[in-house]
Amino acid sequence: MEITKDNIEKKLRDEFEPVYLNVDDVSSGCGLKFDTTIVSKKFEGKQLLARQRLVNDLLKDEMTKIHAFTQKTYTPDEWEKKQQKTITNPECETKTMNACTGDCKK
Amino acid sequence: MNSSLFRRVIQQYSSIRALNNISARFTSSSAESKTPAESSSIDPQFKQKIDDFIKSNKVAVFIKGEPDAPSCGFSKAVLQILNLHGCDFKSQNILDDQRLRDTMKLYSNWPTFPQIYFDGEFVGGCDILLHMHQSGELVNELKKIGIQSKLSDVNNNTTPSSAN
Repeated sequence: MEITKDNIEKKLRDEFEPVYLNVDDVSSGCGLKFDTTIVSKKFEGKQLLARQRLVNDLLKDEMTKIHAFTQKTYTPDEWEKKQQKTITNPECETKTMNACTGDCKK
Repeated sequence: MNSSLFRRVIQQYSSIRALNNISARFTSSSAESKTPAESSSIDPQFKQKIDDFIKSNKVAVFIKGEPDAPSCGFSKAVLQILNLHGCDFKSQNILDDQRLRDTMKLYSNWPTFPQIYFDGEFVGGCDILLHMHQSGELVNELKKIGIQSKLSDVNNNTTPSSAN
């Protein structure tokens, strides 16, 4: 099956039944780089490494061809708290998320 | 204490216990384990070299490129984070060695790079290290393996974490 944003989204949606899911194709068209945000109750009680392993295992075949893949995994509680934090620090909403080192003085 | 806070406390405690559990390091092989996955398809001698590398360096990373010239944004981010914390580390460039590149995917049971090990245990990739850094966890995890982070005096309440 061709690796597309839609196929990846469908797999993630079917497996994790997320309350929020976002899959961005950041490959500029070559279809091999994806950023994902997955909010699911299925992550509750699981450490970050375990969550990411679940996603990796689900996309095992795609991973052999995907060049770059980032995943942000949250439980619904964590996601809700994060939204509240962003609102209290609006200047951070406009920053790019990739590899931010958390130093807002830059 | 409400139930979700209680759950988070337990998760944090479990995480701390898992990282400190030296006896589990070489026996556990579950998918959720932070220890290297046993694989019969890795040459034993090569595996021993990898074992030695990650055991003899408190922070061992497998990256694309060199520490002063990373070849990929995710490897660069990991190096930046480790440098922010003033953390000594040893790296291996998986672009130089296809066998290492292929083997580490099996060894760590992890399909991508960079790959980070603390005290012989697999931590994860860039996403996880970034999360640990932004949440303040990284200072604590480094402390547990005997590394004093340069950021250990920073008040984490003032550090924005919207880039999670």
